Amino acid sequence: MERFFLLGDEAIALAALDAGISGMYAYPGTPSTEIMEYVQSSAEAAARNVVREWSANEKTAMETALGMSYAGKRALVAMKHVGLNVAADSFINAAVTGVNGGVVVVAADDPSMHSSQNEQDSRFYGKFSYVPVFEPSSQQEAYDMVFDAFEVSEKYRLPVLLRIPTRLAHSRSAIKRKFPIPEKKLNLPSDPRQFVLLPALARVKYRNLLSAYESLKYEIRLAKYNNFKDGQNRRIGVIACGITWNYLAENFSGDNMDFPVLKITAYPFPRDLIIDITSRCNEILVLEEGYPIVEESLRGILDNGIKIFGRLDGALPRDGELNPSIVGKALGFKQPKMMSVPEIVRNRPPSFCKGCGHSDTFLAVKEALSSYKVNGVFSDIGCYTLAALPPFSIINSCVDMGASVTMAVGAADAGLFPSVAVIGDSTFTHSGMTGLLDAVTKNSDVTIIISDNSTTGMTGGQKSLATGRIENICRGIGVAPEHVRTIVPLRKNHDENVRIIREEIEYHGVSVIVSSRECIQTASRRKKSDAENKAGE
Amino acid sequence: MLKTKPENETKIRRLMKKDIILSGVGGQGILSIAAVIGLSAVTRGLFLKQSEVHGMSQRGGDVQSHLRLSDKPVLSDLIPLGKADLIISVEPMESLRYLPWLSASGWLITSSNPYINIPDYPPVDELIAEIRKFKNHIIIDADSVAKESGSVRAGNMVMLGAASPFLEIPFESIKDSVRTFFGRKGEEIVRVNLMALVAGRKLSGR
Repeated sequence: MERFFLLGDEAIALAALDAGISGMYAYPGTPSTEIMEYVQSSAEAAARNVVREWSANEKTAMETALGMSYAGKRALVAMKHVGLNVAADSFINAAVTGVNGGVVVVAADDPSMHSSQNEQDSRFYGKFSYVPVFEPSSQQEAYDMVFDAFEVSEKYRLPVLLRIPTRLAHSRSAIKRKFPIPEKKLNLPSDPRQFVLLPALARVKYRNLLSAYESLKYEIRLAKYNNFKDGQNRRIGVIACGITWNYLAENFSGDNMDFPVLKITAYPFPRDLIIDITSRCNEILVLEEGYPIVEESLRGILDNGIKIFGRLDGALPRDGELNPSIVGKALGFKQPKMMSVPEIVRNRPPSFCKGCGHSDTFLAVKEALSSYKVNGVFSDIGCYTLAALPPFSIINSCVDMGASVTMAVGAADAGLFPSVAVIGDSTFTHSGMTGLLDAVTKNSDVTIIISDNSTTGMTGGQKSLATGRIENICRGIGVAPEHVRTIVPLRKNHDENVRIIREEIEYHGVSVIVSSRECIQTASRRKKSDAENKAGE
Repeated sequence: MLKTKPENETKIRRLMKKDIILSGVGGQGILSIAAVIGLSAVTRGLFLKQSEVHGMSQRGGDVQSHLRLSDKPVLSDLIPLGKADLIISVEPMESLRYLPWLSASGWLITSSNPYINIPDYPPVDELIAEIRKFKNHIIIDADSVAKESGSVRAGNMVMLGAASPFLEIPFESIKDSVRTFFGRKGEEIVRVNLMALVAGRKLSGR
């Protein structure tokens, strides 16, 4: 069949379409965003009318997919690793209810935190909720695994987790495509109480889940992705999980690996595999991207068995992503001579685009705050987090989606004045609205500034569900209409904007200032495509 | 065309491998260079992997792409330290950031035009002097060449042209890929980028 040159993300999207999904649900987040973008730009998805709108957040995405599954159809869910925290309530309980149509959940982890606030390992969620996890080592494996993941999901009636790291999500390779599978027909669960987790029912379902997890260890569609290959050189055996297998193989230029190697790319796996490799060698090196999950379970608490090397004993760095050089060094291979970065090279951190509306918003906020004894605001996750850096240096928090609003409420409870939050429009509809309801309920003395660029900017300009409805949402939640203000962050409006921000700070209740100007990146793309369309007429 | 000694030729026939670091600042078009090389590689039946930077760094931060071509399957998405054959950079300071990846026998090919968006950007002549310390280097005023070719935005194709003799891919194939890649943007854009590519190749001195 035809070959495609695709990002890992795109390979997963294409596979899901070929595996007959009827809907995809996601919230943008690096490095997972391109999965939905591929589905949205796919002519086949459009022709089939596959549902492909962004969700308000990862939890609504997961729940909506579960609804599609209830109706018997296949659904794909995608998010970055921290998004799975947001979706965790639904994800973990979906393991107990089980699914009807297949559900595959992609969690894109970001070891080394290229674009994230932590490097949590999503495989942990697999174990936590007793669902199978696939962890592809290559783009082609990612493509192939999606088919198996849907089969496993429907056979065991469980959601299935597909975990990829940034390096796979954002790396291209050729993909060999399979023959597509048709979409499933509407088909309700045979047990109408399948999704009813009343305690009495949940107890039974939970026991079923535990026994299903045991049988999964011997499921062929998982087992075929875990391979043991014996080797002549039994100095050390290597267990390589997911993408780390590539880094290992790179050190042997391919197929001449002479150590016994166990490649693990699907979980749970049977104990036999571990016995196979540990019975042949006295020492084991464990390679895994993210947390030392396999390593920890091999060592146990006593760690008095076979000698194990990995992230926990310093053979590999405890944090950050691995690469072929780190793995080569851990194996004791001589590394090529390496030049160092000359001292003259300076850091070049990301910065606001020239003319960005966020920067005008922060200039006004900074001046408005200058007459108070506070040195900053609570903020949130998005391009605007860059205001933590000079010349702005005005942000004192960035924790999780929506935390700016709620932290401002808590600090006001403690007596901080002024307590100001700055949150983006898409982040506000993701997780800021409920915090605003808390503020309104107890009439907190907070000023919430919604820096509205009418897009989800940092991930590249995806649709923001807030666009055109922020003021109505705030009034609907109960903010007094006269304290829902709108400003336009332009240099010419600076003095006026400073005055309005000060007025609302001085109002001792909940006020919201919507600082609204389109993202200049999306604006320039829109103008360009308008011009092209016009030229094409 | 690439001049190689006979004993090298047999070696190349047995194993073609090019590990390339592309570097620059977000928005300077390094992924277009990668895409053009990638098109040629795919057409010629080579294996390749191309690691990219998406997300926050694209906002005016340093960006890099690892592009790996081979006649055997490519394993790691990342190039091992000290093993890259080429650094192709559209910005001089960024060309130096990835020196730890470059092999001692590799080539550093960079534009001399600085992209200054930080307050402590070093003096350009000091950067150029630092680049010259590395024996195998090519420094090109890509902006001027691109302007002469018809558009300052074609600086990335000037740099691709300058690097093209090192790719072990026939120049005609790279030209075809430029035509394919820019084709949908119209004849004029194709012509400008081809001119920039050819001018860059001439300046490589090979």
